[in-house]
Amino acid sequence: MIAVLSRRVCGLLLTLLAVSLLIFVVMDVLPGDPAAVMLGTSAQPDTLAALRHAMGLDQPVMLRYGRWLGGMVTGDFGLSTTYGVPAADLLWQRVAVTVPLAVMAILLSVAIAVPLGVMAAARRGRAVDYLAAVFAQFSIAVPAFWVGLLLIILFATRLGWMPSGGFPGWSAGIMPALGALVLPSIALALPQAGVLTRVTRAAVLDVLDEDFVRTARAKGLSHGAVLWRHAVPNALIPVVTVLGLQFTFLIAGAVLIENIFRLPGLGQLAYQALARRDLIVMQDVVLFFAASVIVTNFLVDLSYLVLDPRLAGRAT
Amino acid sequence: MTTMPLLQIDNLSVTMMPPGAAPVPILSDVSLTLDKGATLGIVGESGSGKSMLSLAIMGLLPPTARAAGTIALNGRQLLTLPESAWCRIRGRRIGMIFQEPMTALNPAMRIGDQIAEGIIWHRGVARAVARRAAIDLLDQVRIPDAKRRAASYPHEMSGGQRQRVGIAIALALQPDLMIADEPTTALDVTVQAEILDILDELVRERGMALIIISHDLGVIARAAHRTIVMYAGTGMEAGPTVALLRDPRHPYTTGLLAAMPRRRPGVGSGPGSRLATIPGTVPGFADMPAGCRFAGRCARQTGACREATPAWRLFGSDGGRGVRCLHAQLDAAEPDRPEPDRVMPL
Amino acid sequence: MPRSAALSEPAAGRAADRAGHRAPASRVWLRHPPLALGALITVALAAIALLSLVWTPVSPARMQIAFRLQAPLARGLLGTDQFGRDVLSMLMAGAWNSLSIAASAVAIGTAIGTLAGVAGAARRGLIEAALMRGCDVLFAVPPILSAMMLDAFLGPGRRGAIVAIAVFMVPVFARVTGSAARQIWARDYILAARGAGKGATLITIEHVLPNIANPIIVQVAIQLGLAILTEAGLSFLGLGMPPPTPTWGRMLADAQTYLGVAPWLAIVPGCAIVVTVLGFNLLGDGLRDLLDPRAGGRRGLSLPALEPPQTPDRGAP
Repeated sequence: MIAVLSRRVCGLLLTLLAVSLLIFVVMDVLPGDPAAVMLGTSAQPDTLAALRHAMGLDQPVMLRYGRWLGGMVTGDFGLSTTYGVPAADLLWQRVAVTVPLAVMAILLSVAIAVPLGVMAAARRGRAVDYLAAVFAQFSIAVPAFWVGLLLIILFATRLGWMPSGGFPGWSAGIMPALGALVLPSIALALPQAGVLTRVTRAAVLDVLDEDFVRTARAKGLSHGAVLWRHAVPNALIPVVTVLGLQFTFLIAGAVLIENIFRLPGLGQLAYQALARRDLIVMQDVVLFFAASVIVTNFLVDLSYLVLDPRLAGRAT
Repeated sequence: MTTMPLLQIDNLSVTMMPPGAAPVPILSDVSLTLDKGATLGIVGESGSGKSMLSLAIMGLLPPTARAAGTIALNGRQLLTLPESAWCRIRGRRIGMIFQEPMTALNPAMRIGDQIAEGIIWHRGVARAVARRAAIDLLDQVRIPDAKRRAASYPHEMSGGQRQRVGIAIALALQPDLMIADEPTTALDVTVQAEILDILDELVRERGMALIIISHDLGVIARAAHRTIVMYAGTGMEAGPTVALLRDPRHPYTTGLLAAMPRRRPGVGSGPGSRLATIPGTVPGFADMPAGCRFAGRCARQTGACREATPAWRLFGSDGGRGVRCLHAQLDAAEPDRPEPDRVMPL
Repeated sequence: MPRSAALSEPAAGRAADRAGHRAPASRVWLRHPPLALGALITVALAAIALLSLVWTPVSPARMQIAFRLQAPLARGLLGTDQFGRDVLSMLMAGAWNSLSIAASAVAIGTAIGTLAGVAGAARRGLIEAALMRGCDVLFAVPPILSAMMLDAFLGPGRRGAIVAIAVFMVPVFARVTGSAARQIWARDYILAARGAGKGATLITIEHVLPNIANPIIVQVAIQLGLAILTEAGLSFLGLGMPPPTPTWGRMLADAQTYLGVAPWLAIVPGCAIVVTVLGFNLLGDGLRDLLDPRAGGRRGLSLPALEPPQTPDRGAP
């Protein structure tokens, strides 16, 4: 078990390292000199050179990469060139918006998709099944940011129930802050829910075909008990796998959704940082997203050991 | 006997109704009676419908299947019961053991919990009580160190041990009737004998009735007092197992017996001798021939066989035998004469 | 001995589904309504996109401030935007933009990804491990972020959007073809071909590629839908094709300002995106049913041929 875990962790770190290198190289070759952007077009060449020196931009690439990486380990994420504050501070401020948003969206999509998928599988070929299929087909085709626009039109512009955007900050209290995240998380959750519904349905159908389901019915358990106690727990692995894969898309969606709802999250930060060539911040944000994707997939792998005792046995 | 039989099946037929396709008859005109504490063997090739028969008795037919006729347990009609009433019968009145011990247990649930589950469900007892009962049951199916094994997952056990867990699950609520569908087919030879021993013992001790389903006449001969031979979804011959094996009247039963390897050394099982086989294959359910279903493979078939399904005819001095063949001789059964060659201890 | 579960309900249902696959070709459309609908939508959209190159009701770039923010049917079929441009014409021109970018990106992604997938499967070992790890790395960067970076790198325009989307398609196709190709490599006829002295490249061309074509085709349709969504997202953020070329994403972005007074500006382009993606997804699902029905491992209604009675091998004592 320990050996397997440590091998996995090594693979995880290796991937992270490769991603960080990729990000750094891409950022480095990006046209646009951050120093020039800061000073504007009228900057004197010697001022520019001085600033470049102060920012360390005149140093060799590998040295700068090493310094970035080294700082990362010690918690120093570099200094934002546009905001003039440590990038780490910016990052954590924004994480406090994006992570709750992503978590709410995941919870919501699971809350919609798992019961719907299970019902569709249990009542295969009946009305619920067709309803779930239509829902899935449409929600996969709908862009999250368009759902966001429609929600704003309906709930903010027409009905006036919800704010059309903005974020009061967590200091304004839990409820107003969560309230600001409700519409964005619905917009983000809906497309995920479609895929998840399909996967859940297919996984449960596969399990319902298994012999042990018949054994459970032969005990006299009701349909519901057989479904939720025997079929669903054994169908969770594909569901969790897809949930992990969907995480990438969820984050991609968050960038757009934050833009629409004017949420000061990581996506918005990345967008602004790129526009202003705030390379350090951009690097940090992209690496944070990539790391969260990699770590999520790692956690998904680990969850298999919990969900399927057979795999746990093999890992020891 | 004037008492009501435990299980009475009359003219049972089961038809699959796949959506958008022609109906497929799986069982037709099956009748049988089982008294309390009696043992019945059902033998036939794969696809003879014997497993479908057991599922019909359990009320576990697939939703696309339609059953007609009657199945009565203690005089109570089962086929018309709503699902909720079925749930009170399954597990409690009828227990079932399945063929594949490797797949018949939930891989994500500890075996103690799988046994206890039915007890909690039907009796509403506390979890701890049911757990203790589960450990008792594991003891009774001779699983060593039952207390520790109850916490195992199925994948940590061998096929034979899993089948014992399957028996423990079926046994948990002391049902009146136990159905064992090919309980030993997937197991090693040595383990097969142990499983049959355990079944024998439990059935005898508790006075449970047993229906044992197998393609293996050896298993049937050992475990069941009466036997029904099934072919292509209907009964071909029935009677006391010993009489049926010693004096088969249906050409199909004769063929089955001839196709069995003899287990006594020297008696026609030397390296040079080959087993007899029945030529041809069982007709598909979708294109069942008119008349006798075995006619296509039968050496004794005549034109009359193809015309109408032969009637079920009773015979035998004790009236305990029946056969579905035009050509079967219906004289009284021969007096008992030991023929060790045909009675095969496993 | 077939298990009686061979007749369990889901299996029976699937068998009935599958019966359709043996239907004559002319009835394929009738038997697979999703496939028919998906193909219809795709063909219609492609036709509209091509038509927009030569004809639109009004020039999509023509601004008539006097007729700004007109409701649908008040002026033009779908009304006008904040500059008085004809929404229907913009939508048609946007269709060309979306479809051409999506198709180019998926074509590049399919080509490179398939190459990587079959190469990895043919060589195995270090090369395969390196390719798959590379896929992990690419996969870890959310597409919209890599697109934002690439857009900054390549500058605004069609090229940036195409490369940005293709980068994300490569690992998808590499994984799909890699796993399919590995299964083919395990087959006996590959062994025979190797025995005949054929090299890995020749075997890949002769045996592997023809046999993994079906999952690739299905994936192409599905990824086209995803590419449309990504392109819309990019142009919504102001990346991708620069103005004045109309794109569905930018139409939505512009509509944000007028949600209260002109909601149709937000609704109409969104519907275009949904219909397009729906078309590709239906096409992909339909093709999957038709070409790749996962027949293996499924138990059907038809009972297997019945063997003579078998007794487990006991052996003489």
